[in-house]
Amino acid sequence: MNQAIRSTWMVAVAMFALLFGALTVVQFFQADNLNANDWNSRTLYKDFDINRGAILVGGDPIAESVPSSDGFAFQRKYTDAELYAPLTGFYSLVYGATQLESAMNDQLSGSGNELLYDRIVRLFSGAQVEGASVELTIDPKLQQLAWDLLPDGVKGSIVVMEPKTGNILAMVSKPSFDPNKLAGHSSEKVVSNMANLEEVPGLSPFLNPATESLVAPGSVFKLVDTAAALESGKYNADSVLDNPAELKLPGTNVSLPNYVNGGCSARTKADFSFALEQSCNTPFAQIAWDLGEDAIAKQAEKFGFGQSFNIPVNVTASQFPTGMSKDLLAQAAIGQYDVRVTPLQVAMMTSAIANDGKLMKPNLIRTVRAPDLRVLQSPKPEQLQQSLSADHARQISQWMVNAVDRGIARNAAIPGVQVAGKTGTAELLAGSAGNNSWFTGFAPADNPQAVVSIVIQDVDLPTGSQLTSPNAKQLLEAVLNK
Amino acid sequence: MSDILTTPKSRRNAELLLLILALAVGVGANALAGLDQDKGFSRDFYVQSLTLAILVLAVHVVLRFRAKYADPVMLPIVAVLNGLGLAMIQRLDVAMDPPTTAAARQLMWTGIAAAVAIAVILLLKDHRVLRRFTYISLIISAALLILPLLPGVGMELNGARIWVNLGFATFQPGEIAKITLAIFFAGYLSTNRDLILLAGKKIGPLQLPRWRDMGPMLAAWLVSIGVLIFQRDLGSAILFFGMFMAMIYVATSRVSWVLIGLVMIAVGGFMAFKLFPHVTARIDGWLNAFDPDVYNRAGGSHQIVQGLFGLASGGLTGTGLGQGRPDLVTFANSDMIITALGEELGLIGVSAIVLLYLLLVSRGIRTALGTRDAFGKLLATGLSFTLALQCFVVIGGVTRLIPLTGLTTPFMAAGGSSLLANWLIVALLLLISHAARRPAPPAGLAGTHPPAGRPGRRRDSEQARLAAGAGEGEQR
Repeated sequence: MNQAIRSTWMVAVAMFALLFGALTVVQFFQADNLNANDWNSRTLYKDFDINRGAILVGGDPIAESVPSSDGFAFQRKYTDAELYAPLTGFYSLVYGATQLESAMNDQLSGSGNELLYDRIVRLFSGAQVEGASVELTIDPKLQQLAWDLLPDGVKGSIVVMEPKTGNILAMVSKPSFDPNKLAGHSSEKVVSNMANLEEVPGLSPFLNPATESLVAPGSVFKLVDTAAALESGKYNADSVLDNPAELKLPGTNVSLPNYVNGGCSARTKADFSFALEQSCNTPFAQIAWDLGEDAIAKQAEKFGFGQSFNIPVNVTASQFPTGMSKDLLAQAAIGQYDVRVTPLQVAMMTSAIANDGKLMKPNLIRTVRAPDLRVLQSPKPEQLQQSLSADHARQISQWMVNAVDRGIARNAAIPGVQVAGKTGTAELLAGSAGNNSWFTGFAPADNPQAVVSIVIQDVDLPTGSQLTSPNAKQLLEAVLNK
Repeated sequence: MSDILTTPKSRRNAELLLLILALAVGVGANALAGLDQDKGFSRDFYVQSLTLAILVLAVHVVLRFRAKYADPVMLPIVAVLNGLGLAMIQRLDVAMDPPTTAAARQLMWTGIAAAVAIAVILLLKDHRVLRRFTYISLIISAALLILPLLPGVGMELNGARIWVNLGFATFQPGEIAKITLAIFFAGYLSTNRDLILLAGKKIGPLQLPRWRDMGPMLAAWLVSIGVLIFQRDLGSAILFFGMFMAMIYVATSRVSWVLIGLVMIAVGGFMAFKLFPHVTARIDGWLNAFDPDVYNRAGGSHQIVQGLFGLASGGLTGTGLGQGRPDLVTFANSDMIITALGEELGLIGVSAIVLLYLLLVSRGIRTALGTRDAFGKLLATGLSFTLALQCFVVIGGVTRLIPLTGLTTPFMAAGGSSLLANWLIVALLLLISHAARRPAPPAGLAGTHPPAGRPGRRRDSEQARLAAGAGEGEQR
């Protein structure tokens, strides 16, 4: 009997040995996999119990974590929520994090490498983990002004940028939304709020339109043609361009006309200055034919097309189509057909022209500070590439000044200041009454302080032109009067 | 009958020392959890700590007077497990929104369980008395198992019909039934093992029993299947049958019983898998736990997967008491308390707990080896093996070693019936160990025992087997 009892004990020991094995497998060997599992809300809950760092503009928080008593230690709170929503994005239990909340997550949550020392100290002191705070380059007054200049109900974006540093001073888009509605801790409420937001026409709460929406550029793309022409060596400031009233597009039975209401019809031969002042179409179509698709595409790339990068939020690559027949190339040359740009891309190419051809990397971050205010990061201005020679850049600036002084961008003029500018109107699909209205420019032309790029989408022509050049003037004035 | 003798020493002082350590662990855990939840030393903390200390010390004092040779390690192990369980339940109470009051109920049941244990030690004095109640135990077991099925009395909870409503609380009679069944099996087998031992056919080295002696095993199998069908309680079914298999094996020393039992489990298990949706779902949730359909299905693998996440987040060292999120797991304070402990105490902590269970089971088995009567041996083995099996089923279930079934972790999980039953088991084991370790009775039975003063000597097993056949049933 005792032998059988001993055998029974052996069976019991074997069962316990299996248990030790199973626990070791789960808690040691499979632990990393299980912790990374999508269904594992623990990782998320851990993140939501952290005193996440604030996002600051002009020293005031636009996103911060405040103590909460609903099962989570903290609640993310957004101030001036709609004004900054496309920049901050949101930090949601249900939908994850977007925009700066996502791009700067390592710093905000305190898990970045720079904060390793802080984490070790906390491990021993038992103090709570605290994230770093992120101060933006945004100027709150300019941001507010840009917001106010965009009427409610229109779809559009404004980007204001320092051409010499790439620092972004304002970046607004409408329609916007309140990220507080998505940052709540009740999943049901957040899901129903998201459903409501997705009903709003023209709004995608996950995107920043200024960096992620692709829009037809229209005539502002002529700046790329001009740069390509000068850089090719085939053209110079004195080149005389054919300016027929309309251009027959080969292989089709349509022709490309000049802008009907403009002053283009005054001359059949034009120089660059006149063609840009009046935004004539036919000269640029012919330049594109002359230089070829590749030359235009290459110049577009030098301005930043075809690259996606992080500022630190993601910027979508702007597109110039390839493999076009002659008729399509003519349309692409005036920013139609499948040419698509982000509003930031237009600001970038303008700032390269303003900055002697040097394209600076756009940047949103002024400083990242540890909880003890130690500076962890303060990004230095960074040159992306040389987009065109300094001489050619200055030449194009001069022509843009002429476009404001005596051309169709004259509503952007500021008395006593040399303002450079270029307007654009992209026709949307045939049959739609709407247009994309553009203005991009900078001031003062001889020492540019700010680039302003404005796009108003899907509006009629008079409204579009009213909301672009005059608004650019106000924004440039605000920068210069600072 | 073979004996293993130890020097008859009381060892109550060693028990007291271990008890103080045990209380330090349990109370310390409660204090740490409270501090980490920024609750500090609340009134609950003092009430729980004091009550627990008074209860286990009371049992200790009773042992000093009534069973002074009882095993000195069992009570401290139970004190640690009960204390840690209470701390975790309290910690989970606080984490819930709104806070729950499971810890107060658990404390009340700890009191009841300890009081019943004391009563058993005081009133029973000698476990062999229970042998008189062999068939009464069978009737009581049957009654306890049928009780939850009666309309009006029984109630269904979470798909299993194993509860009765006592008015002030709910109770699982099945927990007590495992003890009464163990008493019945021990009584029946110790009386009838001579008959069962008569061999039937021999196939190779395997000595098969006679068909007519298969009755008891078939009965046990049917009871387990009945529990599975009518109460939909897979865990208890496994427990009852496993206990019986261990006991009939110990009674006969024949491996053939185990093989027959395993075949019956295979047949029963396969039938259950094919016929009963709740069993099919359990197996599916085990094999395909990470399949999105299974995970999202009601009664699917959500609970076990969340438990695994908890264990994984604890890792090697754990998050620390009060610092994890064990409240995210369904039934964290009862069925899944091991994952809660694994999350906050880590692999190291939960291994220590499992080691305590192994130690408790080993002390029970040691008691079985040391006791002098077959009934005691069978009862102690049955009860100890039940504890081991219960740990295996429940911890194996939450670690996905085997399918998850709704058994409770002994002494730790929130649940009065389980607590009461396990304290009763320990009270019985303590009594049996007292009988095993006390000095040999001087008169009448002296012939079957070696003279005093030759401790630790093991008798020749051949002689033991001879003696076993003859003297076994007549010891009382």
